[in-house]
Formats: sequence, structure tokens, C-alpha cells
Amino acid sequence: MNELVGKGAAELGALMAAGEASAVEVAQAHLDRVAAVDGEIGAFLHVDPETVLAQARAVDERRAAGDELGPLAGVPVAHKDVFTTRDMPTTAGSKILEGWRPPYDATVTARLRAAGLVILGKTNMDEFAMGSSTENSAYHVTRNPWDTARVPGGSSGGSSAAVAAFEAPLATGTDTGGSIRQPAAVTGIVGAKPTYGGSSRYGLIAFASSLDTPGPFARNVLDAALLQEAFSGHDPMDSTSVDRPVPPVVEAARRADVAGLTVGVVKEFAGDGYQPGVSARFAEAVALLESLGAKVVEVSCPHFTYAMPAYYLIAPSEASSNLARFDAMRFGLRVGDDGSRSAEEVMALTRAQGFGPEVKRRIMLGTYALSSGYYDAYYGKAQQVRTLIARDFEAAFERVDVLVSPTTPTTAFPIGERADDPMAMYLADLCTIPSNLQGNAAISVPCGLADEDGLPVGLQIMAPALGDDRVYRVGAAVEKALEDRWGGPLLAKAPELAEAAK
Amino acid sequence: MSAITRDEVAHLARLSRLALGEDELQRLAAQLDQIISAVARVQEVAAEEIPPTSHALPLTNVYRPDEVRPSLSPGQALAGAPAAEEQRFRVPRILDEEA
Repeated sequence: MNELVGKGAAELGALMAAGEASAVEVAQAHLDRVAAVDGEIGAFLHVDPETVLAQARAVDERRAAGDELGPLAGVPVAHKDVFTTRDMPTTAGSKILEGWRPPYDATVTARLRAAGLVILGKTNMDEFAMGSSTENSAYHVTRNPWDTARVPGGSSGGSSAAVAAFEAPLATGTDTGGSIRQPAAVTGIVGAKPTYGGSSRYGLIAFASSLDTPGPFARNVLDAALLQEAFSGHDPMDSTSVDRPVPPVVEAARRADVAGLTVGVVKEFAGDGYQPGVSARFAEAVALLESLGAKVVEVSCPHFTYAMPAYYLIAPSEASSNLARFDAMRFGLRVGDDGSRSAEEVMALTRAQGFGPEVKRRIMLGTYALSSGYYDAYYGKAQQVRTLIARDFEAAFERVDVLVSPTTPTTAFPIGERADDPMAMYLADLCTIPSNLQGNAAISVPCGLADEDGLPVGLQIMAPALGDDRVYRVGAAVEKALEDRWGGPLLAKAPELAEAAK
Repeated sequence: MSAITRDEVAHLARLSRLALGEDELQRLAAQLDQIISAVARVQEVAAEEIPPTSHALPLTNVYRPDEVRPSLSPGQALAGAPAAEEQRFRVPRILDEEA
């Protein structure tokens, strides 16, 4: 493995700023790594070396011309295939968009480019971000670098695998019910869900618009903060974008302490269904926070156990409406247009062929929940539960500065194990969903390996809306203390991947 | 007891514009039944006096200045179309035969 590939984003940015490496060298090193390991990992749906090197050359030219560049200029980033990109296909992991070239860039894409980041390629994902394992991709499975027989989480599993396999130091993701934090946890890296509205949804292919939140993946907390800062902030193109300054996440990640903070342990996220190794590492992380000077209290959030059922009504309802745009008329796949069929028949044939099983399930579930006669009993009740969960958070944050829980009840599960059991798959997001329903800020940081399987466990830290800096501050404090104890990052314990010959 | 029948699933498929085969209808009926029984738990806690929340942010009427800005050219807008003719999207007939 080339030594540039082992480095984090801040470190690479500093090397390039000091003239010790060029953006082209850094990009080529990562392209070589992708060529060597992605045949096995399957993190990417699209990588075009020429486009990558052209972006890197442009950064080197700007630097040579004396332009003032940001801390991530020239750093490669793996970009989830749910964000539109003018120069790369965008599929959202679906056959209905196979080969689609968007005519515009998402705001997140445009801001990555403006910050001089080099987009390395588009990463695999569960179709339309619906799933927790990336097995719902219409293209191929993605493997967990810790154990290639296991899933990398989802829906942003291509992004988590790319960062954990050292194919990229940074990646983007989207988190609707846990799709950044859960894959980060099961691959031993950092993933953050910013406050809803803190990062723009313009050009993000919509799943559930009241929940979808773009966020960062990285191998350390500071790098994640730098990436979040690079693409966040008010966007007039997104009517739900928050018109407030970006919380000082980079400063908080550098501060890395918990002095004077009160940490609440969510009582409901423990017990039955939690793997012993997950519970053990979580308990140690809580003890660690106490030893670092935080005050730790137990907090009950009684409605959190209803978050999962509420989410699986709200998200599919919004999805069934959002995915109506895939009508075979203006872009994407069209099936059966032979002159004999009506537009409606062509639409129904196209959608049946272009959508995979999970997407169809969710569209049908959402259509059911919204249909007359069932609306009040399902969608209406779920919206009331959303209020109760927000109230639980409000009451908790009157007593504590942050809440903590395991990010996921179990470590990475074997590929195929839950593929035919939707309810078992949905359990992976049990602890992450409440933050999406309230729209607050949360992060997952590695907190060790489970004894029974040697796989990574994530610690989730949640803070009130616009309190993103708080989750970075606490996350960085935990990371610093644990890395001192381990003698390096958790990822150093991952098995080395065999590099395929060129 | 089944909460959702195969015929109900067929109706939902029509509403969803999904031309599903008999196998898919049968499989979905069983799966949706299982999922709906699980999510019905929301009915245990949500009392009538609780207001619904539809969105994380209580925003209303977000406007931007009413200014003319550059937009896509016809060529760009049609670039991804499954079929185009005379600078327009070409679509299958809208009306059914009997109409």
C-alpha cells in the first residue's frame, strides 16, 4: 500500500499545501488502491481515472498560480451515487437510472468541487438509499473490509467500505434513518448525520424528504468535521435549508474534551437484542467518558422504542410520493413503448422492471399508509409518535448536553443473512432513527471490537439541532482517549487486504 | 389473521403504477402483512390530543427573489429522455383505446 493512501484528509491537505505531494500524485495513489482492492470490495459503481486526474491537475494548477485553497484541496473523496454529478453517471443504485447523466450538479457536489476536493468516483448503495446492507443495490454487493463475507452496512455501504479499505480518505453519504452512522459503525470508521437542513438536499435523489440528510465519512473525527464544513451551509436552492452559520465543528473536533458536560445514557437502547460484545464496548465507552470528566446519568426516552415503527410508516409514505417522478417519460428507463400501449401501461411496466424488491415494498407500504381509510390509523399516528419522540429529546436535553447509545444493536452481519427478511433488516436502524425523526445532530465513532467476532462497534453521540459541534467535541475526546489506549486507530487492527496485481 | 389480502395488494400495485406478476403479489401480501402488523404498534401510544409532526423544521413559505436566472437548454433537458422528437419529450398515447 502506497504511504499516501494510509494518510488522513487533514494530513494529505497539509502535505499538498507544503508542496510535499501533488494532487495528481495523491489521486494516482488512490486510483491504484482502487484498482488493487475494489475488485474484491466492490465499493464503487463508477470510477473514471481520466476525470479524476483532470480534477487533480486543476487543483495543482490553481496552487501553482498562487490561488488560496482550502484545507481539503486536492484530497480525494468517494461520492455516494445518490448525488447528481454532471461529469459522472448517477443511478442511486437503481436500474431505472442506469447510465443517466444528470444535467446539473447537486449543491453538495458543487461545494466539494469549490473546496478543491477530487471526486474519485460514485459509490455503491442500497437502491434509492433503502436498506441497511447495500445488498439492495441493483448492481452488485459491497463487502466489509474487516470480513469480506459480511455487509458494510447501508445504505451508504459503498462509501463506508471505500474509506475503511483505504480507497479514499473521505466519503459522502446520506442519512435518512441511520444510513451514515450504521455503515460507519460496522466498518470501524467515523460517520456523522448533521442537523436536518444543515446540508443541502438540492440534487440529492429524494427518498424521504423530511428526513434525508447529507453527511461525511472519514477515518477520524477531525477529517469528518472538515468535510462536513466544506459542503454545509445555507442553500437557497433547498427550501428546507437552515439559514444559520455552520456550527463550529472543526474547532470542536480539535478541542476534543468533555470537561463540564453531562452525558445521558439512553436507557431504552440496551438489553434484549443487543449483542454482548456491543453492550460491553458501549459500557466501557460510558466509563471512559466519566473518567475524562463528564457527568454521566441514565435518561429514559420512553417513546424511542416506537421510533422504528413510526419511521417505517413515515419514510415509505414520503418515498411512495417522491418516487412517482420515475414515470418513464422524461429520463431514465422506458419499457414496452411499442406503439400499442398507453402511457400508463408503459409507466407501470417500466416501474415493475426498473425498481428492485425493497423499493417496490416501500412504495406499496407507503401507498397503503397514505390511502383513504388507513391514513389516520397509520401515517397520522406515526406523525403523532414523531411529536412524542421530539418531546423525549427536548426533555432529555434539558438535563444533559449529549445522549449516547450503541450505534447499532449488532456488529456487521453476514451477506445474505437478512436479505429475505425485511423486518430483521429494519432492526439495524433501531438506535439511529430517533435523531432523524427529530432532525438533530448525531455521530458514530469507533469504540472497539466485539469479543465474540472481532468486529467493530460504534458509539453514537446525539445532540440538539444545530449542536453539531457538541457531537464532534465528545466524539473527538473519545477517539483521542481510545487511540492512546490502543496505540493507534481501530482500523490498524483490520486485516490487510490482498492487492490484486495490475 | 391476515391484515392485507392478495386483492388488496393488487389494488395498491395499480395505485402505485407497478405492473406486478402473480408471484410478486403473493410474496408482497405476506411481507406487507408482517410489516404492517409490526408498525401498527404506533397505535399503542399516539393519543388524540397529540399534534402531528410532519417535518423537523417548522418552516413556512420560504421564498427566493423572483429573478430570471439561467436554466437548462432544451438540449440539456432532453438529453436523458427515453424518446424525444422536435425538441419535445415523445410519450406514449395518453388515452386508452376505448376513450
